[in-house]
Amino acid sequence: MNLLTEPVGVAHYMAVGAVLFVCGAVCMATKRNALGILMGIELVLNGANVNFVAFSSRYLQADPNRALGLDGQLISLFVIVLAAAEAAVALAIALNFYNNFSTIDVDQADELQG
Amino acid sequence: MTNTALDLLPSLLGTAWLLPLLSFAVIVFFGPRLGKHGVLGGYVAAAAILGSFILSVVSLGIWIGNTDQPEHHTAAHAPPGQHALAAEQAVGIPGVRLVAQQAEEHAAPAAESHGTTHNAGEHHAAEHGHHEKVSISGIWYTVSPPGLPVMGIGYYIDALTVLMFTMVTLIATCIHFYAMGYMHDELHDITDHEVTLSNGQHLHRRGRYYRFFQYLSLFCFSMLGLVIAGNVLMVFVFWELVGICSYFLIGFYIERKSASTAANKAFIVNRVGDFGFIIGLMALWGSLGTFNFGDTVDPQTGQVTAEGIFTQVRHPERNGQLVVPPGMVAAANPEGVRAVLADHTDDDGTIREEDARSEVASLTAHDGDWRQKEGTPHGYWLLIVAGLGVFCGCVGKSAQFPLHTWLPDAMEGPTPVSALVHSATMVAAGVYLVGRFFPAFTPEVLLVIAFIGGITLFMAATIAITATDIKRVLAYSTVSQLGYMMLALGIGGWLAGLFHLVTHAFFKSLLFLCSGSVIHAVHTNEMTQMGGLRHKMPITAYTMLVGCLAIAGAPLLSGFYSKDYIIAHSMLFADTNPSYAFFFYVAASGAAITAFYMFRLWYMTFAGTPRDKHRYDHAHESPRVMTVPLIILAFFAITAAWNVPGFLPGIGGWGVEPLLEQAHPLTVHQGAGSGVLVAVTHPAEHESHARFGLAATLVASGTALGGFILATLMYGLRAINAEDARRQFAPVYTFLRNKWYFDELYDAVFVKPTLFIARCVSAFDRKVIDGFIDGCALWTVKLSRWNDLFDRGFVDGIVNLVGGWTYDIASRIRGVQTGNLRQYVLFIVVGTVVLFVLVSFYTSSFASR
Repeated sequence: MNLLTEPVGVAHYMAVGAVLFVCGAVCMATKRNALGILMGIELVLNGANVNFVAFSSRYLQADPNRALGLDGQLISLFVIVLAAAEAAVALAIALNFYNNFSTIDVDQADELQG
Repeated sequence: MTNTALDLLPSLLGTAWLLPLLSFAVIVFFGPRLGKHGVLGGYVAAAAILGSFILSVVSLGIWIGNTDQPEHHTAAHAPPGQHALAAEQAVGIPGVRLVAQQAEEHAAPAAESHGTTHNAGEHHAAEHGHHEKVSISGIWYTVSPPGLPVMGIGYYIDALTVLMFTMVTLIATCIHFYAMGYMHDELHDITDHEVTLSNGQHLHRRGRYYRFFQYLSLFCFSMLGLVIAGNVLMVFVFWELVGICSYFLIGFYIERKSASTAANKAFIVNRVGDFGFIIGLMALWGSLGTFNFGDTVDPQTGQVTAEGIFTQVRHPERNGQLVVPPGMVAAANPEGVRAVLADHTDDDGTIREEDARSEVASLTAHDGDWRQKEGTPHGYWLLIVAGLGVFCGCVGKSAQFPLHTWLPDAMEGPTPVSALVHSATMVAAGVYLVGRFFPAFTPEVLLVIAFIGGITLFMAATIAITATDIKRVLAYSTVSQLGYMMLALGIGGWLAGLFHLVTHAFFKSLLFLCSGSVIHAVHTNEMTQMGGLRHKMPITAYTMLVGCLAIAGAPLLSGFYSKDYIIAHSMLFADTNPSYAFFFYVAASGAAITAFYMFRLWYMTFAGTPRDKHRYDHAHESPRVMTVPLIILAFFAITAAWNVPGFLPGIGGWGVEPLLEQAHPLTVHQGAGSGVLVAVTHPAEHESHARFGLAATLVASGTALGGFILATLMYGLRAINAEDARRQFAPVYTFLRNKWYFDELYDAVFVKPTLFIARCVSAFDRKVIDGFIDGCALWTVKLSRWNDLFDRGFVDGIVNLVGGWTYDIASRIRGVQTGNLRQYVLFIVVGTVVLFVLVSFYTSSFASR
């Protein structure tokens, strides 16, 4: 199966979602800046969101009855809200962390090591 | 006869009875809050008993105004037909029955009953057929369920009840007021010099003024309940209540060893008598099925539904003669009764046992073989058991011969208690019960009563001669006088015995209160430390002299008449039964000894020179709250036997003696009859005064005068040296001084063996049972040790091992947790990828290829 020759379908969206996801994961794994990590998280979440939206679209499906309908969009909206809430909490943590350590380098945050 | 006023009596006397209970309740719940140190408690109690007294006097007035005055026996020889018919009427008030019974056989023509003299009893019945006994009985509150024999809180009111109510409340009122003065010390904190604590100091405690009056109120309630009781069980209940009040009051100074011991002694000795009482009660209930004195009447029909004890034992249809009730015959001779019932009911052989009980009641008037065998009535022994049982209780309560030892010790209580409880009222309850129960006593039981009374009378009087504790002299004197009463009742002198009960109550409470006044002044009981006190406390001295004269039997004073009656009747009894002349001798010698020890007491206390100068100087006359009761009681000690308006007994008018005459059980006028098992004939009481009146007066006065003269010579004029006499009769003196060794005897016979058994049991307890239990404990401890080792070695070992492993593993792999966020992300991603790959490997098609 060659994605470049196929008409745009779920697989393409999944590829984009996978790229986004991997970018996010790599970002999380490599960034030392806490804000960078947050951005990585957003990428991961949005990668997932792309997939949900793609699965729910009846135009991308060979058999429209297999589409999720509005469920995918709804889940995406939940994820976005969740991401916003999470970002708020995470930024607060980051702020506190900066207050205590005068840095937001997560490598410095190893107080909980075993 | 007007009945309406008499119908008030149950309510009046009931209220008089319950007032002290109210006072008791008030003091129990609010005692310490009644004024400073509970000072108002005394007023509450005194007001209650004063109210009772007023109600009693009103009742007495109603009684006198509404009952026929009995004709005195000296003028009592009316023609027999005049009052021939027995009037038995029931008043239509629920539960109230007014009975007027005449000792005349109402079925038989008067002339015939006069002509046939079967025995002395019937003869006198005919001759004195005018005698009339009025009684009101009923039930306030029924306890038993319907259909069963009636049992409840009831009343039995006759002249004796009303008289006792008045006497008890009058004396109690005087004593309540007296006690307010006497117990004054208890109003503030007290240092008891007779109690030494373990630290060598004297006991210091709070005053218990209100508590004293609380007990007095409870006592008055119980005593009045005993008097008004309508059945024997109720008597028993209040009997125990007065007993417990006596216990509380003897032990009022509970911290003193002597007081608590004396209280225990009184209670335990009384238990012995009460045990007999219970046996008597069982004999009555088991055979008669009733405890009621009077008959039970259906309020609607006015019919008798159940006959009381008195009716069963002395049925009016049998002319008041003692007869074994059918219930007792049925218990002893069931076949005979069943046979008779079969004849009477035509109910061939299908009579059940419980039917027989009720059916048999209709057989009272019938005679026959079923009733007796060879002259001995069936069930007669049951009647004797019942009588002896009830008398047993009286022996304990009235401190008669074998059980008399508690009363002198009871003097540890405060003196007002001695005056009220242990001389005038409670101890007289035994005599009262013998008098109340008199109709149900067989001649054999009466003989036992007479012997017990005679022995007690003589023994206690002799002990009183040598006692030096002023209250103990009076205590033995009380025992002795109670013996007099028992003796009189036992020889059939019903009126004499109860007459003496009333007069004795007055002069003995007076004597006790006087002695209390003396003790209050000199702070000692020992007469050897008194003397000459009449100069310091004249009111006490001369009121006590009145008491001494009354008890010794000085002419015109109350004791003279009652003792006269007793001696006259003992003479008649000795005349009728020459083999029982003992009773006369003992009564006469008792009179002499009484006069002797009473004047010995008076001379030692009030006459001569002070033996203890220090105590004499500190003595003073008691306050008016104490002397006024003395004067009131002295007045009654003189006049209690007089009649109004006839002045002297035997002349007419109203007074104690005519009232008692009216309360006579039917049998007394006829004599109690002849014994079946022993040859004894009870003569009719009224004969005694007619035949031996003068002789008795001479004997009584002569002996008393002898005693008085001897006492005057020894202690008044000191013409005979008491020391010499003591040395002369050293063995007798020692014997009397040690109270006939009764305490020692009981100690050796009962207390020591009991203690020995107790020690054996205690040793068994400590050696065997304790040993076993200790052994068990030891084994348990050993087992526990093993268990402990197992627990700590094995169970704990496993748990610790698991814990140790967990710890080791954890400390080894803790390094994984680096705390590095990026590393974690890497792990997660790599882990996810690995998982994905693995899952894909095993599930997707390319892996299976």
